[in-house]
Amino acid sequence: MSDTPPLHLAVALDGAGWHPAAWREQGARPGELFTARYWVDLVREAEAGLLDFATFEDALSLQSSRLEGPDDRTDQVRGRLDAVLTAARVAPLTRHLGLVPTAVVTHTEPFHLSKAIATLDHVSKGRAGVRVRISARPQEYGHFGRRTLAPLTLGELQSPEGQSIVSALFDEAADHVEVLRRLWDSWEDDAEIRDAATGRFVDRDKLHYIDFEGPHFAVKGPSITPRPPQGQPLVTSLAHQTIPYRLVARSADVGYVTPRSAEDARAIVEEIRTERAAAGRADEPLHVFGDLVVLVDEEEGRAAERLAALDALAGEPCASDAEIFAGTPAALADLLTDWQAAGLTGFRLRPAVLGHDLRGITRGLVPELQRRGAFRTAYTATTLRGHLGLDAHPANRYATA
Amino acid sequence: MSTPLKQIHLAAHFPGVNNTTVWSDPDSGSHIDFDSFVHFAETAERAKFDFLFLAEGLRLREQAGEIYDLDVVGRPDTFTVLAALAGVTTHVGLTGTINSTFNEPYEVARQFASLDHLSAGRAAWNVVTSWDAFTGENFRRGGFLPREQRYARAKEFLATAHELFDSWHGDEIAADPDSGTFLRTARAGAFAHHGEQFDIQGRFNVPRSPQGRPVIFQAGDSEEGREFAAAEADAIFSRHDTLEAGQAFYRDVKGRLARHGRTPDQLLILPAATFALADTDAEARELAHGIRLKQVSGQTALRHLEHVWNTDLSGYDPEGPLPDIDPVPGEHTLAQGRSTTRHHRDPREIARELRERAEAKNLSIRELVIDITARQTFIGSAETIAATINDLVQRDAADGFILAPHVSPGGLDTFAAQVVPLLQERGVFRDEYEGTTLREHLGLAHPDA
Ligand SMILES: Cc1cc2nc3c(=O)[nH]c(=O)nc-3n(C[C@@H](O)[C@H](O)[C@H](O)COP(=O)(O)O)c2cc1C
Repeated sequence: MSDTPPLHLAVALDGAGWHPAAWREQGARPGELFTARYWVDLVREAEAGLLDFATFEDALSLQSSRLEGPDDRTDQVRGRLDAVLTAARVAPLTRHLGLVPTAVVTHTEPFHLSKAIATLDHVSKGRAGVRVRISARPQEYGHFGRRTLAPLTLGELQSPEGQSIVSALFDEAADHVEVLRRLWDSWEDDAEIRDAATGRFVDRDKLHYIDFEGPHFAVKGPSITPRPPQGQPLVTSLAHQTIPYRLVARSADVGYVTPRSAEDARAIVEEIRTERAAAGRADEPLHVFGDLVVLVDEEEGRAAERLAALDALAGEPCASDAEIFAGTPAALADLLTDWQAAGLTGFRLRPAVLGHDLRGITRGLVPELQRRGAFRTAYTATTLRGHLGLDAHPANRYATA
Repeated sequence: MSTPLKQIHLAAHFPGVNNTTVWSDPDSGSHIDFDSFVHFAETAERAKFDFLFLAEGLRLREQAGEIYDLDVVGRPDTFTVLAALAGVTTHVGLTGTINSTFNEPYEVARQFASLDHLSAGRAAWNVVTSWDAFTGENFRRGGFLPREQRYARAKEFLATAHELFDSWHGDEIAADPDSGTFLRTARAGAFAHHGEQFDIQGRFNVPRSPQGRPVIFQAGDSEEGREFAAAEADAIFSRHDTLEAGQAFYRDVKGRLARHGRTPDQLLILPAATFALADTDAEARELAHGIRLKQVSGQTALRHLEHVWNTDLSGYDPEGPLPDIDPVPGEHTLAQGRSTTRHHRDPREIARELRERAEAKNLSIRELVIDITARQTFIGSAETIAATINDLVQRDAADGFILAPHVSPGGLDTFAAQVVPLLQERGVFRDEYEGTTLREHLGLAHPDA
């Protein structure tokens, strides 16, 4: 065995897969995307591959290739189920896999999200996390009607005004996460006492008001839901540039980033670690995972062929915020270990076609990594924090004893 | 026989945050562990119940500025538990109580549509309208609603949710790989709602679910609540569980339907009900008495009266007579987060009624509270309970009952094993599920039919 720490692997589940034409490939089951069975099959495959966790994409609008609004396309997957509910639906049918649904924090209530993720942790017996995302899509504002955002192009988003909007949204997201975390701690672990002698069900001294007040909302607490098994479910977030890196550094346990090379990965990790230190959390563990869209086939050249065929079906080359890898399990293993050496602690792989490339990961990549001694050969923990080597049950900020 | 027998609907209410639950019972397990929910749901499904019911509370209750600690405290998130239960059951309906004040239609509609997909057509929504500022302190809007607006918002919330559910018709998804057509229409999910409470537009992102819309429940007893139910709901979760009160409520609410262009079979009346079941009627009466004493301690009784008196009564002897002082009128600040304190009737009038009741029956404080709160709907042997339930349903005091056992999660087991078979023998309760969706269990038409 080498002394490199073990590699962590997550899979990102979304629709039929991350290639826009994925739903047209053999084995894609596009007619079943809104059935529970489809999602159960996916997570069982991910668990058979011993992966750390699966993420479930979500948004509060219909998928669109445009930032400004719906694109009215009929040739791609449109529509999706709520990610928290999907994760909950599959939880009792899995035993080890971590379950990390996406939640949009810009329009939703931290109180509701906190109890939902705490409950996901209860129903999965310690395997819950959440991926928080902001909403900078004007159409999502229109779905709530409580606040407005003028239509923005990608260019405008990069302008100084655009950046200040984004910055404010990420500050609000940081507040949201702060409320989630305080609410998870608002019950001490042993608050429920069932003391028949005094007639008290709880010890109210072990329940805490969180009294959060920020510019966007105030939340009193305590949570309605007792502290979840992991104490603090995993908080994760995707980041492509400095402002979102800061959210990862301030608030997350796992950040997903999208480097284009090992060098790029090294620079990103360094930037995030610096922000982490600036946030006063240098000593707290933080995983930085690389995100990659992957097409995986044993046969040399086959994955590239499939990519070309999918691009042809889509009518344009696949474009992604993340690097697109098409190759053999061995080549992917090489890339992952190379980028790991640059400071990434794990990867969130986005299968181009779930019906095909998820198995490429679980039955191709995973055995390859195992042969190299770089990945677990059995689950050694039962909780998500446990898989990731994080403190299995972090101390409660409100506990005095 | 002249008229055919009515079929009874039965549902299971997971015991929770109220003094019905006897948490001190040695058989009482966790109200949070998922295993408890699984046990409860499996019992309900084995007994062919129509659905499982979860209540909701969005702030821990308080009394005199402190968290109320005498009852079960805490509950899991409704949607998350129901979605997980959908994974371990196949038929039983999944009814969740979700508030219309502290939520937004787009989000709730997509959660219910998702639950309906993930359960293959078993989702129901009990729309409640708690509006108080105390609960509001946990939410982004911060504020709350004036009481007069709670149903205005609820009505528009539900109407908006229906517009969202209906924004997909069910034939949009082609998913045809050969032609490359995923959607048959470019405008799937398009909606626009411009109203007093909500001004929203865009594209709903969950395709039409198996039931089209979730089944709608209402629970709220005011004039506005009853009107809301008559106009909008498929079922009412009521409190009126005796013959006379049940019949009066039944007549009142079903009588309102015609004005909304609806027929009596389009709204089911399902009162909450508790029970004490034993081998003989005498044993059941004894059991019931024991349960009542556990449900209402002296402390609980005083705390309960404080909801009305709105002042500290800890100096009174629970085994003694009712307080001779008058309730403190005005804003109720003593007991927070309870629906009983939201009713806003003149507390002096309620106090007078309670005093009269106590004097007429010669009851102490604790006995009075037991008398008004801890009354099992059904007491007796399985035979007696089956006969009583059937009688209440055949005589139109209800269309069925939502049963809340006093221990969790096993409190339904004997009922399922002993009472249900007797109802089946009488031909008034199903032997097998005939359909798979909750609408089918309840005999409600699909909205697209
Ligand atoms: C049988 C019954 C059960 C109820 N359950 C709940 C509940 O679980 N959560 C909640 O917030 N309100 C609950 N309520 C109260 C609310 O339904 C109601 O929206 C609110 O108190 C105002 O209704 P009203 O003034 O019409 O009675 C319940 C009411 C009844 C009659």
